[in-house]
Amino acid sequence: MRRPLARTLTAFAAAALLLPLAGCGSGEPAGLVIYSGRNENLVKPLVEKLEKHLGTNVEVRYGDSAELSAQLLEEGDKTEAGLFLSQDAGALGALSKEQRLAPLPRTTLDKVAPAHRGSAGDWTGVSGRVRVLGYAPAQVPAPPNSVHELVKPEWKGRIGFAPTNASFQAFVTGMRVLEGDDATRTWLKGLKANEPKAYDNNLKVLDAVDKGEVAIGLLNHYYWYEQVAEKGADKVKAKIHYLPEGDPGGLVNVAGVGILKGADEKQAGYAQQAVDYLLSAEAQKYFAEETKEYPLVAGVKTAEGVPPLETLQPPKIDLGRLDSLKQTLTMLQDVGLV
Amino acid sequence: MTSPELSAPARRETRPAGAPAPAGRRRAGTRPSWVLIVPAVLAAALAVLPLGYLAVRALERGPAYAWGVIADDRTGELLLRSLGLTTTVVAACLLVGVSLAWLTVRTALPGARAWSVLVTLPLAVPSYVTAFAWLSAAPSLAGFTGSALALTLVSFPYVYLPVAAALRGTDPGHEEVARSLGHGPFRTFLRVTLPQLRPAAAGGGLLVALYVLSDFGAVSLMRYDTFTRGIYTSYRASFDRTPAAALSAVLVVMTVLLVAAETRTRGRADYARTGTGTARRAVPAALGRLRALALAWCGAIVAVAVGFPLATLGYWLAVGTSATWDPATLSTTALTTLGVAAAGAALTTLVALPVGVIAARHRGRLAHLLEQAAYAGHAVPGITVALALVFFAVRYARPLYQETPLLICAYMVLFLPVAVAATRAAVLQAPPVLDDVARSLGRTPFGVLREVTLPLAAPGVAAGAALTFVVCMKELPATLLLRPTGMDTLATRLWTETGTGSFAAAAPYAAALILLAAVPSYLLGRHRP
Repeated sequence: MRRPLARTLTAFAAAALLLPLAGCGSGEPAGLVIYSGRNENLVKPLVEKLEKHLGTNVEVRYGDSAELSAQLLEEGDKTEAGLFLSQDAGALGALSKEQRLAPLPRTTLDKVAPAHRGSAGDWTGVSGRVRVLGYAPAQVPAPPNSVHELVKPEWKGRIGFAPTNASFQAFVTGMRVLEGDDATRTWLKGLKANEPKAYDNNLKVLDAVDKGEVAIGLLNHYYWYEQVAEKGADKVKAKIHYLPEGDPGGLVNVAGVGILKGADEKQAGYAQQAVDYLLSAEAQKYFAEETKEYPLVAGVKTAEGVPPLETLQPPKIDLGRLDSLKQTLTMLQDVGLV
Repeated sequence: MTSPELSAPARRETRPAGAPAPAGRRRAGTRPSWVLIVPAVLAAALAVLPLGYLAVRALERGPAYAWGVIADDRTGELLLRSLGLTTTVVAACLLVGVSLAWLTVRTALPGARAWSVLVTLPLAVPSYVTAFAWLSAAPSLAGFTGSALALTLVSFPYVYLPVAAALRGTDPGHEEVARSLGHGPFRTFLRVTLPQLRPAAAGGGLLVALYVLSDFGAVSLMRYDTFTRGIYTSYRASFDRTPAAALSAVLVVMTVLLVAAETRTRGRADYARTGTGTARRAVPAALGRLRALALAWCGAIVAVAVGFPLATLGYWLAVGTSATWDPATLSTTALTTLGVAAAGAALTTLVALPVGVIAARHRGRLAHLLEQAAYAGHAVPGITVALALVFFAVRYARPLYQETPLLICAYMVLFLPVAVAATRAAVLQAPPVLDDVARSLGRTPFGVLREVTLPLAAPGVAAGAALTFVVCMKELPATLLLRPTGMDTLATRLWTETGTGSFAAAAPYAAALILLAAVPSYLLGRHRP
């Protein structure tokens, strides 16, 4: 019995080694390669529209924004990618800092408010998301109107947050810009003293609120709309609350896009057209309707049920000033939240 | 530290001249044949590639910066937490793995073959799914308890598989002698069987330890701060590769110490069969009144480790509306996954063979070094190993970058120790005297390997290949970075769907992962030497 097993194994090994090689190099070469930190389920239909618009094949590598940015940094100018579509501003900022992004033309940049694009002019936001409080109505009849309430003792052990998530850190950076380092550090210490529960990402925070594991959670608005779409409105117990009066907890964050240096001229051309497409009415409408985000180009409406940006009172912060992420992280580490 | 010139003769003096060399291995002086050394050195060189990358990245801002990261109070605290978790999970896995192996291989357990298939299945359940399932059912498990539970349930087959293979391979003659001298079945197990299982169990335990150190999926869901979470935070929160590399270097040191510790426990016992080398099947021990208890134990483990995650998948399907049943995508993805995982397992097993044979048959610095090298990067989180491969591939193998062959090589680098451990344990059970006889009869070293050593070790090597196959199937971080653009495996689809909370759409992919892993498990469970 041993002999046949060894022989089967060898044959199996040989076949297994050769099989995948046969499948290589299929299809036409792509005109544009995109590294996308945004989920395939969210952007695939948009990519198909983009392909039609450009008239060329578009290949997309999906991954985690931070991991893809690390990969792009390792690849350097040998990258095949022409475009980086990021879930958050931080990953684009990291590439911008290492001078891996090509400058965008003024006409492109001017479509988006300066607050929603990179200060070096090498990346731009394409869709916005608002930080909100998720809450369990059964435990919280009236949600607080400011994150400053959350350091009160009544919230001890009842808060969920995602400290390693980029959008939470952008919020803390925003608070530092608005209220100064000392006030922010005091708030963070108060939060820590309330023993908040740390989750991996916004979705898990929302899930925890929904299950009543925590009473209140800090998250982005669109996760709630996604859950309602997935499970049905009656099955989602959590509710969300938009913070008024410029509270730092109501920061508007963006998902953005940048063109990579090192792409050949042809791909760079497609990449430029792709950026303009993502800022076109068609693509902006897609973000509004499909991912329930905020369009960043004037004249496109938000989805039904999502309050328009004009009716909200987000803090007035220039996203270009959110690049002091390092100090934020140091502060979070000092306080012991990450 | 002793200099190498001094240590070699000193070690030789510990055994009086003329004393017999420990059986199972050759004398310290004999050097392995070049047929083994050359491929083994190549394998080791590939395995330590990531370490080169770590050095480059960790030191790019100077040694003082790297030391600052390592010497931070928080680093020590996280390391202690990781070690605590590792110790607990390894102990639990040894208990579960060895007990199940003995019950399924050596006793008259009803349905032993079915059990032996079922208990290897948890390996196919991604730690993410197990952790998620438990957390949904009992949120209070979050933290140490939940992490230890989830990690034990997904990794005990690392111990079960090699131990079961070893039990099938050990000569029942040893036990029969013990029984004839008046030992009861339990005492025989404790005093005769268990010591023989030591290399297999220790090798499996080492793999569990390294797996726990490198795991991110379970601990991040369970919100238990470990060393690996520190590394991920460095990437995800500060987009900084330098601290991540410095912290990974600490894990490499940990690994080297763990491997050295495992080597020390090996001792010098004789693990090979006596006689001609054809092992008979042992007469299954009657369980008597303990039968119900044994069945309950197996049933409970299978229920919590496989049944429960499967039930959770069913729940996902029931509550979600994202269920877009797409058999075409599912079957394409499944086929792709099978292809790359099988290729990964085949290459890994092939590359691991010379290292495993040398580690089993020879003592001395070279054997030691080769084995250490194979393990060195195994506790480093997948994302760091993946970035290391990106680093080298874009520089030195650009045409292969983000092509299937490189992905398969990545699996080999990541999972080499899994196959090495299995090969080594299997070869240890083949009497080395047979190799010598074959050599004296004129076989070349390669001929000995092909005609004597490997056929004897085949069941254990096959177990290692199956194990590697399954871990390749569920690998995520390296697959995301190194797969050909546009290619999907079951693990990446699962990641995509759960990323948007589309659990119903994710369920079929998770189920397919578990079902496909059942195939090698079934073959191994059925195979009896």
